[in-house]
Amino acid sequence: MSDSSNKLDTTRRSLIKGAAAAGGAIAFPFVHAQEKITLRYLGTAVNQDKAIAEKFEADTGIKIQYIPVTTDDVTKRAVTAPNSFDLIDTEYFSLKKILPTGNLLGIDTKRIKNADKITPLFTKGEIGGKKVGDQGTAPKKVMYLESPTSKTFSAAPTQFMTLIPTVYNADTLGIRPDLIKRPISSWAELLNPEFKGKSAILNIPSIGIMDAAMVVEAAGLYKYPDKGNMTKKEIDLTIKVLIEAKKNGQFRALWKDFNESVNLMASGEVVIQSMWSPAVTAVRTKGIACTFQPLKEGYRAWAAGFGVPKSVTGRKADAVYEFINWFLDGWAGAYLNRQGYYSAVLETAKAKMEPYEWAYWMEGKAAAKDIKSPNGDLLQKAGGVRDGGSYEERMGGIACWNAIMDENAYMVQKWNEFVAA
Amino acid sequence: MKSLHLPPWLQATPFALVFALFLVLPLLLVATVSFWQATDYELIPAFTVKNYVDVFNGCANTEELCVTLKTYLSTLKFCVLVWAITLLLGFLVAYFLAFHVQSTSMQTLLFVLCTVPFWTSNVIRMISWVPLLGRNGLVNQGLLGLGVVDSPVEWLLFSDFSVVLAFVHLYTMFMIVPIFNSMKRIDPALIEASRDSGATGWQTVWNVVVPLCRTGIVIGSIFVVTIVMGDFVTIGVMGGQQIASVGKVIQVQTSYLQFPMAAANAVILLATTLMMVWALTRVVDLRREL
Repeated sequence: MSDSSNKLDTTRRSLIKGAAAAGGAIAFPFVHAQEKITLRYLGTAVNQDKAIAEKFEADTGIKIQYIPVTTDDVTKRAVTAPNSFDLIDTEYFSLKKILPTGNLLGIDTKRIKNADKITPLFTKGEIGGKKVGDQGTAPKKVMYLESPTSKTFSAAPTQFMTLIPTVYNADTLGIRPDLIKRPISSWAELLNPEFKGKSAILNIPSIGIMDAAMVVEAAGLYKYPDKGNMTKKEIDLTIKVLIEAKKNGQFRALWKDFNESVNLMASGEVVIQSMWSPAVTAVRTKGIACTFQPLKEGYRAWAAGFGVPKSVTGRKADAVYEFINWFLDGWAGAYLNRQGYYSAVLETAKAKMEPYEWAYWMEGKAAAKDIKSPNGDLLQKAGGVRDGGSYEERMGGIACWNAIMDENAYMVQKWNEFVAA
Repeated sequence: MKSLHLPPWLQATPFALVFALFLVLPLLLVATVSFWQATDYELIPAFTVKNYVDVFNGCANTEELCVTLKTYLSTLKFCVLVWAITLLLGFLVAYFLAFHVQSTSMQTLLFVLCTVPFWTSNVIRMISWVPLLGRNGLVNQGLLGLGVVDSPVEWLLFSDFSVVLAFVHLYTMFMIVPIFNSMKRIDPALIEASRDSGATGWQTVWNVVVPLCRTGIVIGSIFVVTIVMGDFVTIGVMGGQQIASVGKVIQVQTSYLQFPMAAANAVILLATTLMMVWALTRVVDLRREL
């Protein structure tokens, strides 16, 4: 007994010794591998939800560190400081500026589990088999690259995507129905003298000018071949309309960020303005009537997605792919759908939503039960219907996409003229 | 000439280095970039004066002012208004503190009281005006309630008025401090002498106090003028983003990566502001007075 136990003891001891030696040899990489990874996530504040980061960390142990900046600053950092983040959440229209710098790598769709389930709106520019408007920087125009390091876009689908879509929506005017007291059905109303001193427009030039273009077309002043890529003459015309309206005292204010637009509307300073869907929701959660008004000319759409900077390699790159895969897996998609955005992979999001929620948010049906936001605020009482109807109705009504024009520099110069007028 | 006065040079070196590294070098860079070309995503180090030409594009037009001149006029207008109001207010407050408040502890207490607004960020101090001045704000509710007006007064918010108000609120302190400081240095015997010679209160203020406060006034003015010239946050928030300022133009251009244009604008702004400061220092020789 004692013998064998001794023997066992020795073997165990030598085993431990051996393991220690072996461990010593691999100790450094081993310990290193256990180190928690933190992903620096660059994007706008609206998309950086605390709940999403917490859930992802709980599921995978990978930490997300949000870097919230404005839309313009996302692009600026992507161009000037590509080492300062591990994952970028940016809009498709910014790609025209970012991609030629070579700071982004094409994303290998072979490593994205749900890549082939991404809504055809991005891959083919269609909804329910029908083509939607592609004026401006429609995602399908800037979706693919020939190779991961390519600096130009591929017209045909390839294995490499520039961005993996996260959220998208179609914007229109937000109105205060309680203060306007009549139906609004056209973009032209934004410049209706009836709302003198009570309307507002977006002071992000590249988006604001698109809204102005919707107004110009709606008013029957001009029909653009492509609102998202104007000639100098067309820019002049659009800005001239804006300046005239401003000189007549049309605008109460211009707004630049989400909260500004919410405050303008909630305080009643403004009764009609271009607005983002979640901002309308935010006004409504304050108990103030606010409608995200569908208009006959259609919507101005936008889409954001995740991109991978070329500075990210090895385990960090794996973690980035893990995050993107997790994001498309349903939980985050359902969460975003409940905020009024749309998620890129509908199938997985649907699986994580209650049937009555799906019916309300996506199918344009009346709410069977009270509809609540992800943090529990009441958004819609039972029986209410979502503004703009179903997913297919809303996204099928896209007139143009947010864009960067070829004459971007000139446009910004003219926009400053508008602000100075 | 045997000694090179090495110690003073050595003493000056650390500051000179900091100065060179954090002021001179960046300024040179800005000046250089202002002569470069750029695309949407890269800077091209090729000499061009196009940026300056673009800044003054259309300024030869006599019918309508060009954007740059309009912007500068709007900025200058705020500069003059804010300067005049803060100077008047600052002088009055400093005068009260220095000459009417007798005990030093009371002076200190009131002085600290003046700094209370600075305990929160200036963005918050600005934004708190919005619910007060808005269409449905307190002031309008009061006026409507009293029957003074029939419909809300619109020019209270997002107007030149609200911009000036916010500037005065934010920057009067920068006038009070230097003026108070120079008033404290006035020998009370001088005031007494003036009174004994039969001067009225007003004459004493105008002929004794004001000249002796010149340094404080100039320093305060430099603060206010340079701040207002470069500001874009206050004008943006209080003007409803609808009022042009040079700072705002630069900010928009940098956010669209038009760095050379922004740099050209910055160089022009710097030159303008330096000229104003230079003019102010003609009034008083700061080095001699301090």
